[in-house]
Amino acid sequence: MYTEKVMDHFKNPRNMGEIPDADGVGTVGNPVCGDLMTIYIKVNGDRLEDIKFKTFGCGAAIATSSMITELAKGKTLEDAMKISRGDVADNLGGLPPIKMHCSNLAADGLHAAIQDYLKKKGAQK
Amino acid sequence: MMRRVYMDHTAGKPVDPRVLEAMLPYFSEMFGNPSSLNRWGNEARKAVEDARAKLASLIGAKRSEEIFFTSGGTESNNLTIRGVAYRNKDKGNHIVTTEIEHMSVMNTCKSLLKEGFDLTFVPVDKYGVVNLQALEKAITDKTILVSVMYANGEIGTLQPIKEVGEIVHRKGVLLHVDAVAASGQVPINVENENIDLMSISSNDMYGPRGVGASYIKTGTRVQPIIFGGGQEKGLRSGTENVPAIVGMGKAAEIAKAEMKTEGEMLSNLRDKLIEGLIQNIPRSFLNGHPTKRLPNNANVRFSYIEGESLLLSLDVLGVAASSGSACTSKTLEPSHVLLAIGLKHEEAHGSLLFTLGKQNTEEDVDYVVKALPDIVKRLRSISPLTPKELLS
Repeated sequence: MYTEKVMDHFKNPRNMGEIPDADGVGTVGNPVCGDLMTIYIKVNGDRLEDIKFKTFGCGAAIATSSMITELAKGKTLEDAMKISRGDVADNLGGLPPIKMHCSNLAADGLHAAIQDYLKKKGAQK
Repeated sequence: MMRRVYMDHTAGKPVDPRVLEAMLPYFSEMFGNPSSLNRWGNEARKAVEDARAKLASLIGAKRSEEIFFTSGGTESNNLTIRGVAYRNKDKGNHIVTTEIEHMSVMNTCKSLLKEGFDLTFVPVDKYGVVNLQALEKAITDKTILVSVMYANGEIGTLQPIKEVGEIVHRKGVLLHVDAVAASGQVPINVENENIDLMSISSNDMYGPRGVGASYIKTGTRVQPIIFGGGQEKGLRSGTENVPAIVGMGKAAEIAKAEMKTEGEMLSNLRDKLIEGLIQNIPRSFLNGHPTKRLPNNANVRFSYIEGESLLLSLDVLGVAASSGSACTSKTLEPSHVLLAIGLKHEEAHGSLLFTLGKQNTEEDVDYVVKALPDIVKRLRSISPLTPKELLS
């Protein structure tokens, strides 16, 4: 039911783990629904220098988390904010329709992490 | 070549080669219509009646006329529940069932709500055993039917049907038993166990799909739900699916003869699998009753991870199983059975169901017991819910 690309990211997730001194952290989803995702980012200037994830969820949830880290790493914050759920699914060669809504949370997680970073930065000023 | 281990027998079983062999002549040589008054028809009629007798013998029915063939377990549950409800409307409009029934019972009962019937769902304990006090209390003077499953196909728990029947009969109500997951696996005797109506599936006994049966005790009032030419004594119209019925009969005959040895073999494998998983994987727990369970059922849950990713990882290694996780269901809801035994949503998501079959071996169990700890470890390393002490 999943594409080879999804299975590849599920079996060999990229950038899996935590960043202990992350500049921004975004958590989306809910274990009650079966998907919970945390994205950690490290920012240098206006760019995402590093990004990692931890995910509880189905194959699609893990694969989309892995894919978002690949898509976002090295991008400016502005460009990273433009990455959509659709971009993540497209880069994985598509997701089963039933998974498009529930497990395709990675873009939301990334955006939440960036917003967390901006909020912290604003508070410092 | 990669090892293949099929442990998803509750989803589907292979047809026993002896069953297939018995069925084959009825497709092309003995193709007659059992209702025809000619030798082709007589031949087919004889085969259907022979299968009926084998089913009756398997479940201890007094008379083979108490067996009615249907298209499967779902239709049998529809026929017996709707049929009793419609035919006994003059006596009352209340049906009692449990929180862990199969969807074909659950949704049949719920559909009757729209037709003026009332429902009570009786709770179960943490092992999935029906609460007998609550069951007794639920029965009112309006109750016309109580429906309790013999065994739950998901968590494997067997119900105290005889005791259920005593309570139900003391109140003067009919008892329907969904025995789809249990028939052919564990001994059932409809007479001794106070069963008035029962649903039986064929594939669950290594028979073909597309056929099932309803046991309806003589004198029980049931209205048909399918109308037509009046086959099956008017209770289930439609030309008999003779090859499938023959197959189901043969499957019942084999089940009766081999149930004891097969049950012992399966429960040994089951216990070895359960022990192997629970001992080798921290924070793993058995779902369902430790001893009162189907011989082929091992349902284990693992904290902090989700069932679909477990299934995918197992599939990569050639192992087929099922899960009660929302992510594997069409409704995106976790299994109602796991919620009814008191599991939290996140616990239900991490459940894995292995259902064994007669082709499984000790080596199959060893393979799964060896493979799963690493899978669980890997997924836990990815999960944000895993406590730090489990990650070292």
